[in-house]
Amino acid sequence: MKIVYAKEELCLNCRLCEVYCKTAHSKTKDVLKANKYENPAPVSRITVYGDKMLSAAVNCRHCDNPKCVQACITGAMTKDRKTGVVSVNEDKCIGCMTCLAVCPFGCIKTGKFAVKCDLCQGEDEPACVKNCPNRALVYVDLGGAR
Amino acid sequence: MVNYIPRRFTVVRDRELCIDCGCCVRQCSNECHYFSDDGKTALVKSDNCVACHRCVDLCPTGALRIEKYICDYRDNANWTPQYQQEICRQAETGGVLLSGMGTPKPYPIYWDKILLNASQVTNPSIDPLREPMEIRTILGRKPEKITVEKKGKSTVEMPPQVIIETPIMFSAMSFGSISLNAQKSLAMAAKSLGTLFNTGEGGLHPDLADYTDCAIVQVASGRFGVHKDYLNNSRFVEIKIGQGAKPGIGGHLPGEKVNVEVSNARMIPEGSDAISPAPHHDIYSIEDLRQLIWSIKQATDNKKPVSVKIAAVHNVAAIASGCARAGADIIAIDGFRGGTGAAPTRIRDNVGIPIELALAAADQRLRDEGIRSRISLVAAGSFRCSADIVKAIALGADACYCASAPLIAMGCHMCQTCNTGKCNWGIATQRPELTKRLNPDIMHERVENLINAWNHEIKEIMGGMGINSIDSLRGNRLMLRGLGLSEKELEILGIKHAGE
Amino acid sequence: MLKEGQIRIPSGCAIAAIIDRKGGLINGSEIIKSISLMHDRSNGLGGGFAAYGIYPEHKDEYAFHIFFENKEAHQKCEEFLFKHFNIDVAERIPTKKVASISNGPDIWRYFGRVNRVRMKNSRLDEGEYVVQCVTKINAAYDGAYIFSSGKNMGCFKAVGYPEDVGEFYMLDQYNAYLWTAHGRFPTNTPGWWGGAHPFNILDWSIVHNGEISSYDANRRYIEQFGYKCTMQTDTEVITYLFDHLIRHHGLPANVAADVLTAPEWDEIDRMDKEKKEYFTNLRAIYSGALVNGPFSVILGSNKGLLAINDRLKLRSLTAATKGDRAYFASEESAIRIICPDPEKVWSVSGADPVFVPLETPEKEDD
Repeated sequence: MKIVYAKEELCLNCRLCEVYCKTAHSKTKDVLKANKYENPAPVSRITVYGDKMLSAAVNCRHCDNPKCVQACITGAMTKDRKTGVVSVNEDKCIGCMTCLAVCPFGCIKTGKFAVKCDLCQGEDEPACVKNCPNRALVYVDLGGAR
Repeated sequence: MVNYIPRRFTVVRDRELCIDCGCCVRQCSNECHYFSDDGKTALVKSDNCVACHRCVDLCPTGALRIEKYICDYRDNANWTPQYQQEICRQAETGGVLLSGMGTPKPYPIYWDKILLNASQVTNPSIDPLREPMEIRTILGRKPEKITVEKKGKSTVEMPPQVIIETPIMFSAMSFGSISLNAQKSLAMAAKSLGTLFNTGEGGLHPDLADYTDCAIVQVASGRFGVHKDYLNNSRFVEIKIGQGAKPGIGGHLPGEKVNVEVSNARMIPEGSDAISPAPHHDIYSIEDLRQLIWSIKQATDNKKPVSVKIAAVHNVAAIASGCARAGADIIAIDGFRGGTGAAPTRIRDNVGIPIELALAAADQRLRDEGIRSRISLVAAGSFRCSADIVKAIALGADACYCASAPLIAMGCHMCQTCNTGKCNWGIATQRPELTKRLNPDIMHERVENLINAWNHEIKEIMGGMGINSIDSLRGNRLMLRGLGLSEKELEILGIKHAGE
Repeated sequence: MLKEGQIRIPSGCAIAAIIDRKGGLINGSEIIKSISLMHDRSNGLGGGFAAYGIYPEHKDEYAFHIFFENKEAHQKCEEFLFKHFNIDVAERIPTKKVASISNGPDIWRYFGRVNRVRMKNSRLDEGEYVVQCVTKINAAYDGAYIFSSGKNMGCFKAVGYPEDVGEFYMLDQYNAYLWTAHGRFPTNTPGWWGGAHPFNILDWSIVHNGEISSYDANRRYIEQFGYKCTMQTDTEVITYLFDHLIRHHGLPANVAADVLTAPEWDEIDRMDKEKKEYFTNLRAIYSGALVNGPFSVILGSNKGLLAINDRLKLRSLTAATKGDRAYFASEESAIRIICPDPEKVWSVSGADPVFVPLETPEKEDD
């Protein structure tokens, strides 16, 4: 399956991926409102770690055998068999955050419920990839080499 | 310390639009943006702003604006603020003023005073979408005439020729003065466009091994990175005598830019200053140039044309003729508006002549001597658009060298501080945190797009003139008319005034 | 108003030609009939003819046809000619009064050989010597203009419609194995006799229809080699290009034609190795001699006739053959009026120049 892959040698540490992730997952889809005025503020599903010398954006790997899915006590966290996307069903999630504890990549964020990358379902390309100014994020199928 | 010089620009942050994402803070290598202590509010300090627009272009909400810092001096047409500021800077440092890129002074730009022709009634214009429109150009020394066994069979022995698919080549910019990523972007673009890039005097980095068939390798006064394989891994070899932005001046790459990669490519110790002497110390006269040309031909088994690049100086026509007679196959003339990574400001702004006049004079001189068709003439020194290129070719150039335009395509905003090594766009810098900002995969596409766009425009202009081969544009000065030029200027350019 | 030589004058036109490959003679009335059918393609500002084989009794001598605008020019020019050539005959070219042709110059012809002493001293070969003498008179002798300088051939031209020009010179009195004709439609000229076609130098004569957009590129190319384009017309520059390629570079006429109308790169790239090399070398060496823009050209010489058309086929040129004769004209009708049932008729294509060699060429003497 295709996932967001970060090329650290090209990452500018500008963190625009975070800005645009928030915008894409906001109510208004407006960059200014989403990042300044919306309440509750949208949560970025992607995080840039590092400094100006070396940085990389990290988000959900959509693992083959996701620990978060195994650990979910309500069955809210599932991996879609067809698309491979790991996602949270907000109707079932009780916010216990067990998933957060078990994720080896630190890719579950806290909001009212567990919040995580959904690869911007319905769009051709996730917003972080589309808006990366240096193509440091690519949306690719890495096969086994995830 | 008080430095007596007001800042140049003010960065204005619109608080209504700023989302404090901090992108600007993390992007500005001049440290014009910073966070408040709690890390929540982005602030500005404009002192070091060079108007490179990195922050402006990346700001997701358009919250940033750069304004000229207006601080009036008492009016004085003679002692302008610029001269006063330069005096203060020199009073402070005691040094030669340095600048990057071409001269910003308002010297006449003849391209803007030359108009092009088009066909009407008596001669049909040609539609480039319907008819082949040829811009292929062949550089190199030509024999006096062809010899044939019969029609269709040539028996002439041709000296090495270089075919390029557009009359636009990328001028010399060394690895060292620009980043490897920038050079690689140009190399990738050159390869896909069927044209050439020029290594400058920086040697050839091993990462560019795939691009040797579109490389012009330069031999300059410092001889950095020059060895037999370097000469042979090229399409042609260029002896750099001078540069338009700094005629008569050598080069100086400060030691801090000589990192391990630059040091390897240039074959000099890491951290040492790379100083190119003002003259080649083995060329003190034209006969010495001849010897160097023949040495290079020997080293390359006569398989590579040899170009000689000279700065456009007062006597350029005679010098060009001398170079042709010394064995140069290609002569590149660099006008005084040409760019540079770093040049003494006074030299850049006061030495040399415009490429338009230099090219016209050299082309005519070579024709008067009956040798123009034997060699190739390349013009350099600030081509801002396709029309400039068309005008240069009509004045007599075979091809044009462009550097600033592709740099702008890669993000350069002409902030003219290349010499500081803090280029926020990752072009004129060797700092790894900055060079990684220039992704060759993106930038080669942008440069290709630019040149392809220019190629289309050149074809469109040629079609309008009723010309379908660039061969028929070359030296076709009847396609040009001057506007608002003096008799003398028209005479030197060899063109008529509009309306004549 | 400025005339040819003071300003560049492009023009459109009609052209026609007839050749008998075996050298059989054709009366001038035939070519007049052909060109007059295309009356509307010219505007009365120039017409002319070139005829080969018309002076058999002087076939080893140069025949100079000269316009004199005044007595002084006549006298000075003759002085020069008598010094540089051994002139046998000096006479007015016979003309007939024609209503539509007036205000003409005094028209003379001279037959003579080169002054060998002067030629040797000048260290030029004979052709170059003659060309330089002609160029000298045309450039430096105001009011004198040599418009024909070949052997056993002559040009006849004037301001007027070509059929009137033919009548004026009484061309029905001449028989030639090769005729070319021209009717002119200049787009900006007061009409000067010297500006009419054909344009001639030595045995080469050119009639041309079109306006070449590569003019200045070609002019500045050819002027490198000592030519002076004093007329600033397309025809002049094309003539010089042929003269240079054929006489100085020793190229066969059909190779010279390939230089002027070289195929496009698209086409060259698809050719076999040998041809590709031939055309690539040709285009590399002679890029300044490539002719661009709409044109059809008929080049006459004592070796035969060459017809070329521009690379994009923007100008019309039709060819036809019957028996030993080949016909060319801007319009097919102009051929059919003198040859109603040709064996073969075709449109000359840009990439394929037509060369009709004379099978019993006149003996060359140097």
